[in-house]
Amino acid sequence: MSSTWMTTRAWLLMLPLLVVMVAVIGWPLVDTVGLSFTDAKLVGTGGSYVGFDNYTNMLSSSNFSRTLVTTTLFAVVSVAAEMVIGVLAALLLNQQFHGRAILRALMILPWALPTVVNATLWRLIYNPEYGALNAALTQLNLIDAYRSWLGEPATALTALIVADCWKNFPLVALIALAALQAVPRDITAASLVDGAGPFNRFRFVILPYLAGPLMVALVLRTIEAFKVFDIIWVMTRGGPANSTRTLSILVYQEAFSFQRAGSGASLALIVTLLVTVLAVAYAALVRKTAGSAA
Amino acid sequence: MERRSPAFTIFIHACALLLAAIILAPIAWLFIMSISPAADLAAKPLRWWPQAADFSRYQTLLSTAENSAGAAFTSSLRNSLEIAGMATLAALALAIPAGWAVSRTPAIGWSLSMVIATYMLPPVALAVPLYMGLSHLGLLNNVFGLALVYLTILAPFTTWLMKSGFDSIPREIEAAAMIDGAGLFQTLRIITLPLAAPVMATAALFAVLLAWDEFFYALLFTSDQRAKTLTVAIADLAGGRVSDYGLIATAGVLAALPPVLIGLVMQRALISGLTSGGVKG
Amino acid sequence: MLRTITKTLVGAVFAGGLLVPHAFAETTLNALFMAQAAYSEADVRAMTDAFTKANPDVKVNLEFVPYEGLHDKTVLAQGSGGGYDVVLFDVIWPAEYATNKVLVDVSSKITDDMKKGVLPGAWTTVQYDGKYYGMPWILDTKYLFYNKDILEKAGIKTPPKTWEELGAQAKIIQDKGLLKTPIAWSWSQAEAAICDYTTLVSAYGGDFLKDGKPDFQNGGGLSALKYMVDSYKSGLTNPNSKEFLEEDVRKVFENGDAAFALNWTYMYNMANDPKDSKVAGKVGVVPAPGVTGISEVSAVNGSMGLGVTAVSKHPDEAWKYIEYMTSQATQNQYAKLSLPIWASSYDDPTVTKGQEELIAAAKLGLAAMYPRPTTPKYQELSTALQQAIQESLLGQSSPEDALKTAAQNSGL
Repeated sequence: MSSTWMTTRAWLLMLPLLVVMVAVIGWPLVDTVGLSFTDAKLVGTGGSYVGFDNYTNMLSSSNFSRTLVTTTLFAVVSVAAEMVIGVLAALLLNQQFHGRAILRALMILPWALPTVVNATLWRLIYNPEYGALNAALTQLNLIDAYRSWLGEPATALTALIVADCWKNFPLVALIALAALQAVPRDITAASLVDGAGPFNRFRFVILPYLAGPLMVALVLRTIEAFKVFDIIWVMTRGGPANSTRTLSILVYQEAFSFQRAGSGASLALIVTLLVTVLAVAYAALVRKTAGSAA
Repeated sequence: MERRSPAFTIFIHACALLLAAIILAPIAWLFIMSISPAADLAAKPLRWWPQAADFSRYQTLLSTAENSAGAAFTSSLRNSLEIAGMATLAALALAIPAGWAVSRTPAIGWSLSMVIATYMLPPVALAVPLYMGLSHLGLLNNVFGLALVYLTILAPFTTWLMKSGFDSIPREIEAAAMIDGAGLFQTLRIITLPLAAPVMATAALFAVLLAWDEFFYALLFTSDQRAKTLTVAIADLAGGRVSDYGLIATAGVLAALPPVLIGLVMQRALISGLTSGGVKG
Repeated sequence: MLRTITKTLVGAVFAGGLLVPHAFAETTLNALFMAQAAYSEADVRAMTDAFTKANPDVKVNLEFVPYEGLHDKTVLAQGSGGGYDVVLFDVIWPAEYATNKVLVDVSSKITDDMKKGVLPGAWTTVQYDGKYYGMPWILDTKYLFYNKDILEKAGIKTPPKTWEELGAQAKIIQDKGLLKTPIAWSWSQAEAAICDYTTLVSAYGGDFLKDGKPDFQNGGGLSALKYMVDSYKSGLTNPNSKEFLEEDVRKVFENGDAAFALNWTYMYNMANDPKDSKVAGKVGVVPAPGVTGISEVSAVNGSMGLGVTAVSKHPDEAWKYIEYMTSQATQNQYAKLSLPIWASSYDDPTVTKGQEELIAAAKLGLAAMYPRPTTPKYQELSTALQQAIQESLLGQSSPEDALKTAAQNSGL
């Protein structure tokens, strides 16, 4: 069999996937680019060409810069917390203790819970009048009056991050745990003989094994956190006083609530560009860590 | 095993208890809310455990009497099942040939990377043209339309998993069968696919979970019982006129049950699926 | 096997695409309602059942979404071939819906009997530019509800007539230790906050727009927001009001955790139902208060109408359904959670029986209903105002600055 035929055959097998992807993702993306240079409305006429107006208007609006900051804050803090808590949980699960297998099985629960159910659950927990969080903290005498967790800008974003983190740290933990179990026992034993303290042992002996898998989790979670919509839509819809409004919510508002499809498209593409830059930078970092770990 | 001081052992167990509590408390509370009488949930101080368990809400939501709130919920349950099922089957149908092709012909691997890169696109960047396109085809508020959109979320992921699965099946086995006179599709059917069955199962489970979880497109592209999915139904319930928080919790429990069961039963497969990708990068 | 699956799927897609629109020989209408204030889901289902019994050739599929999703769903469904035939719309949307051709003009179908029988205030709900875009269905405004029990314990004889008096009475209740925060509002970042604000704007005699330009940043519009901020800062208002929607207000009021609450008609009979409410039998209702020297009472026009969408394939059946839903007979039968649009109903004993207090408040309140601005860009204006209200409440900005910014961002 010739290698040209092999390649042709491979392309033929690949074709259905590519056709679907181009039709349902590629074409809309190109269309979005076209839309972004018009003042088209969501329903009705196609709109007329307005050049880069949508982009300049968006980039110069205070809504955009503020929303970008909120989104970045959400992404950075929640992903960082998920990584740290996830690795700590993995280190714990790598120890011997009674009920370890059960605990490891339980870790899958938050991850399996649908995002919307998770958001609804936490909204009930944070309810200012009848929520479990206020009740628990009051009964433990940690606060003396019920508080409005999702109604104060100071706590709303944090409350969202906690809810998001609770759902996602177990995934990081399970990935890290699998990597930990690949660390050869004799290496850790050798470092013990060398008299390395627990911190140094983690930093120099164990972390290199974790770096690769963790980087992948980091990339995926950051991209997801940057695109976040569901949990915020269900819990706060961007309030109070827009303090939890992220880029995806802003695009929704622009394109669907205000029906300005053109300007919504330009904003969506700006978000896409940001995510792409982020992903490319990360990819470079992944290659570097993978190279140094090997 | 390393030698450990008793203090360290106690510390480890305490941490394990704490972790278990963090994981379980919110889930347990969701279930308790679903069986607590409404008055208990509005009590101050809050009643943490119902005096009498009340399962009537499950009956309300699962009733199929025509034009009832239960009918609305069960129809969304059915839509979610249908859409997740169709999208998953279609995703596998695309992923198996594509995954095999990339695995055996690395020269075309870049095309899969392009496909996977679409994961970076925020759904909001595609929503407007997709909305208009589906509208043009009459596929808005339609389970097939939504399944088609979901297919593009699931397919990159399943293809990638299938490719890693095929990578671990030696080419020599296939080559041997071909020497014996079997054609390509025969070889794949008799030799390769049975060997890849576990990976296929993992990929299918992931796909179902992803489709079950989707909210944004469902929110935009469905408008009523004919296509509305469970995630949208729950968001509607939570945002609407429900004075009984227990009913919202019940809907949450019912929606979480299928993925949680899949997760618990198949956890080994899921974790290996996650990490095989993770470790290989 | 693979090819069979693919084939089946492709077949299924095509078959499904062809079958869906013509699955029923009879006419099927799709109607969009909200799951929020006014008629309950059960009421709407019962009314619809009665309609389909009388018209067995018509089937009606009902869809309920939160108020928050009503506008977006209506607009988005325009693109789907089998979208809604009948939609519920808020008084603030006809301008936008007419401009973007979401609803059809039904002026020719409004009979003289309708014009004579329906309260004039209700018609403003469905009119834009002199044309009719549907029938009013929910005639609603925000009333001041009070807990008779708590007022009695505080030694208060009559509920407040002015907003100032409301604050003073709340202070008495707070000082006597009856409640920590006696007043509940719906000030979440949503349209609900605009309704409370509009009530106060009407009390202070403010204007939203003057010659098509924002004017809420001056005079009565500013005083209204200042009142909200003062009430919030004084601690007389439940601080959680800033994340409440109407349903949260109802829950708090029904639980006996509020002495005063601003809410729609539907709360009266719901809070008086001992099954759900701890304050049944103690619910008092009066029109929202006025401001000395400016107004006697205040009210927001929170009415909603039913219209036929431009994409409906069965506009005649859809209109028939709307006629049935808005008919005096239907409305009189279900007058507990929402009051009829028909003038003579307010003197009909079958309607007034058992809710005389509510009817008395309605006669004053409905007459004073104040409109939110009529503009195709209402959504933007409202979003900007919601932000201004929240920023002022949270102390991020002064009411003056917040409203000035809102005026700039209103899109007008």
